[in-house]
Amino acid sequence: MKVVLQNLSKVFPNRSKKGLADVIAVNDFTFEIPDGKLVGLLGPSGCGKSTTLNLICGLQTPTGGKIFFGDDDVTNLPPENRGVGLVFQNYALYPHLSVQQNILFPLQNLKGADKLSKSEMLAKAREAAGLVQIDELMSRKPSELSGGQQQRVAIARALVKMPRILLLDEPLSNLDARLRLQTREELRRIQRETRITTVFVTHDQEEAMSISDIIVVMRSGVAEQIGEPQEVYDNPVNLFVAKFLGSPPINVFSGKVADGSLFIGEDAVLNISGVQNQEVFVGVRPEGFVLDKAGPLRCKLSRVEVMGRDVSIISTHGASVNPIVRSIINAESAENFSTAEVRFAVKPAKVFVFNKETEERVFFEVR
Amino acid sequence: MTNYTDFVRKSRSAGSRKAAGRVVIYALLTLWALMVLFPFYWMLLSSVKSYGAYNSEFIPAFFTLSPTLENYVSAFTAVPLGRYFVNTLIFTVVTTAVMLVVTVFAAFAFARLNFRGKNAAFLLFLALMMIPNELVIVTNFVTITKLDMRNSFPGLILPSVTSVFYIYLLKENLAQIPDELYLAAKVDGTSDLKYLFKVMIPICKPTIITIVILKVIECWNSFVWPRLITDDADYFLVSNGIQEIRENGFGRENIPAMMAAVVVISVPLIVLFLIFRKKVMAGVSRGGTKG
Amino acid sequence: MDKRNNKGWLFLLPAVLFLGFFMVYPLVDVFIYSFEEGYNSASQTFFGVGAYNYSYVLHDPYFLQAVKNTFILVIITVPVSTGVALLISAGLNSVKKLNKLFQTIYFLPYVTNTLAVGLVFMILFKKTAYSDGLINLFIELFGGSSVDFISGPYWAKMFVLCFYTIWVVMPFKVLILTSALASVNPQYYNAAKVDGTSKLRTFTKITLPMISPMLFYLIITAFIGAFKAYSDAVALFGTDLNAAEMNTIVGYIYDMLYGNSGGYPSFASAAAIVLLVIVLTITCINSLISKKYIYY
Repeated sequence: MKVVLQNLSKVFPNRSKKGLADVIAVNDFTFEIPDGKLVGLLGPSGCGKSTTLNLICGLQTPTGGKIFFGDDDVTNLPPENRGVGLVFQNYALYPHLSVQQNILFPLQNLKGADKLSKSEMLAKAREAAGLVQIDELMSRKPSELSGGQQQRVAIARALVKMPRILLLDEPLSNLDARLRLQTREELRRIQRETRITTVFVTHDQEEAMSISDIIVVMRSGVAEQIGEPQEVYDNPVNLFVAKFLGSPPINVFSGKVADGSLFIGEDAVLNISGVQNQEVFVGVRPEGFVLDKAGPLRCKLSRVEVMGRDVSIISTHGASVNPIVRSIINAESAENFSTAEVRFAVKPAKVFVFNKETEERVFFEVR
Repeated sequence: MTNYTDFVRKSRSAGSRKAAGRVVIYALLTLWALMVLFPFYWMLLSSVKSYGAYNSEFIPAFFTLSPTLENYVSAFTAVPLGRYFVNTLIFTVVTTAVMLVVTVFAAFAFARLNFRGKNAAFLLFLALMMIPNELVIVTNFVTITKLDMRNSFPGLILPSVTSVFYIYLLKENLAQIPDELYLAAKVDGTSDLKYLFKVMIPICKPTIITIVILKVIECWNSFVWPRLITDDADYFLVSNGIQEIRENGFGRENIPAMMAAVVVISVPLIVLFLIFRKKVMAGVSRGGTKG
Repeated sequence: MDKRNNKGWLFLLPAVLFLGFFMVYPLVDVFIYSFEEGYNSASQTFFGVGAYNYSYVLHDPYFLQAVKNTFILVIITVPVSTGVALLISAGLNSVKKLNKLFQTIYFLPYVTNTLAVGLVFMILFKKTAYSDGLINLFIELFGGSSVDFISGPYWAKMFVLCFYTIWVVMPFKVLILTSALASVNPQYYNAAKVDGTSKLRTFTKITLPMISPMLFYLIITAFIGAFKAYSDAVALFGTDLNAAEMNTIVGYIYDMLYGNSGGYPSFASAAAIVLLVIVLTITCINSLISKKYIYY
């Protein structure tokens, strides 16, 4: 089932204090989620991603715009009529019901023609439990389960009624680091197996990048960029997206374009064309540096961190917006650093230029 | 999969059902509010009707066009309502004050100090919380009678002071204050007593206020013990006073004057409640059962 | 360490004195009293030791009447007040407008003097030479025949007593249930909503189990409170409750102690201990049942 968001807006009127502006949680959001894809809504807290999720599932109604599931306009439908499954951040498992009763709960709500017999319900519950591999936990209470197991139960409960759309709110944030990696793969597998269009919300860019077919980077209720993870990473449309994606984060310098050269501070790092002279921010991904004794970018060496395969060189540069410049280079190309100065050349594909005022991407060609 | 085209119709009917539900809920809430408020309205109304007017109404009127304050005057002159009032005030203030001192010291000892037998003593205190008042009132009655303290303030006040529950409540609260504060105060050479008054009590002020309010309500409404221990009208509290007024009151069945007395008795606590609404409700929900 | 030892007890001393004298000692004493036969409060002498006091109390028609009244009161007021309170709290929690106002109004009976407001109820229900009273007028308006609720037939009096008792205990219950309902994580309701759960099913399958600990606490305190009923009855029917056939167990204890029929602390003690046994039994049964239904 494809999902279409059309000029979607959600404004929370400010009731508490006079003089304060209304809060625009989602602002004119248009987006089509193709059928059967796993979509990650990504952004810092307060960016409107959770509101968007609530709008899709119907717990909140938009103040403007429309939502379509396939060809059905579901904008004003209550959540129970939308056929969505929702997994809450804290799972919201009913503490007084066993795992099996929790999974059966949505099925027992069905009425009329949809009503199932007891054995049909049990069969469906078992199927859902099997999918998330919790068959042997069916008689336990949620309090007797680990975080990861609770998560699986919550997913099974959302899947058991065969939703048209599966929605997950921060699905991994309550798990510890090791479980997070494991569950991430698990989510991917379940989505692949069921082919249900899935939307999840996260503030963790690594999480979103690793499993999504499509990511939506949001800020202040606006979708800044939509695309495949690698595409967005390699081609951020503005400074915000560039800074938000990537770990370790991108290095940002202030610089300028002057007479066919791109300057970081006083260092002319690239010869470029197709750009007018202007003040800019220059973003360089950590992997975009190449050690070069005659390289144009001159940094002051702080320290070197060896992390097995890679070496992280921490240095400082006068034009750097961040306190440090972090570059990651292959361990083999690393040498002994004796001098206080380290010089780099940069890979043009890993260098992004942004207008200083608008912070929008400025595209250039390498000469 | 179900047919999704009739969703719109479904959602519309859901909307109107929701509105209808809301009306029912508000009707229910208003009905109970009226049930609660009506006796208050009726006592106010009756208290401003003149004696003659009230008794000539076979069908009671729901309002009066000629309100009078004469009933309030006779409530204070024909019966010693003022006396009951002052008695209750003395009883309430002294009982609450003594209770507060006893409670604060006991709670402090349990929460902060270390002494031999502390845990056993605290367990005993907790066990006492379960003892119903009715069980001990028999002996207390005999004791006070033997001590010849019937019809006296000490006789009224002394057995009403103890409140295990309040000690427990305050102890729990005091115990939440981090030990570091105490140790820091010790390093600075602060005495235990000074620490109690300068640090602990200010921090736990909300709980103390709650306890005071609950105790004041309890004292103001206490009836059973005063009834047992006083038969001299000079020592009646308002509850006994109103009972006395009812039985032997104004020489005749003067309901408007009686209602005036009821209003006078009810007003102080209602005002107190309206001022400290949040504190009273929070305090009561933390475990105060009536009586 | 020794110094501290003394200090702790010093702070505790006032509480220990008060509690020892007015709670621990009486607690022991009441059992002794209850077994001292023929105790004379004037001469402070007694004939012997035995269970005669219990036997007397259990055969006293006034006591049996009081037990009957108390049980009827408990059986009617506990379920009705809890049910109505649940209904009102649920209603209160589902609306936003006027919520605070309703809460404030509902709490008013808690801070009023039971004796004083009882008088108002008496007037509303009483039939006098001058007037049938407001309630009777309503009954007549709807075609019924008037009845004196205060000094008339037994069930009319019992009705007023139950009604007033419920009116008095409602604030506490509504307060506790409202905060219990409000403390249920709204996520559970959202989850139920997404799953298309009906209102009724959400209430019975999610809300009730979630607030069950509070509900059982309320029911237990309601039982204990109703077994100790007294002031409400006095407020409505006056101090001579035996004559009005409206005495309660607690009322019987006090009457034995003091008043026209007073002067028998032994009988009062025996009755008090009978009450204690009844209350303890009911509380035990209650907590056994609650263990079965409360999920944690």
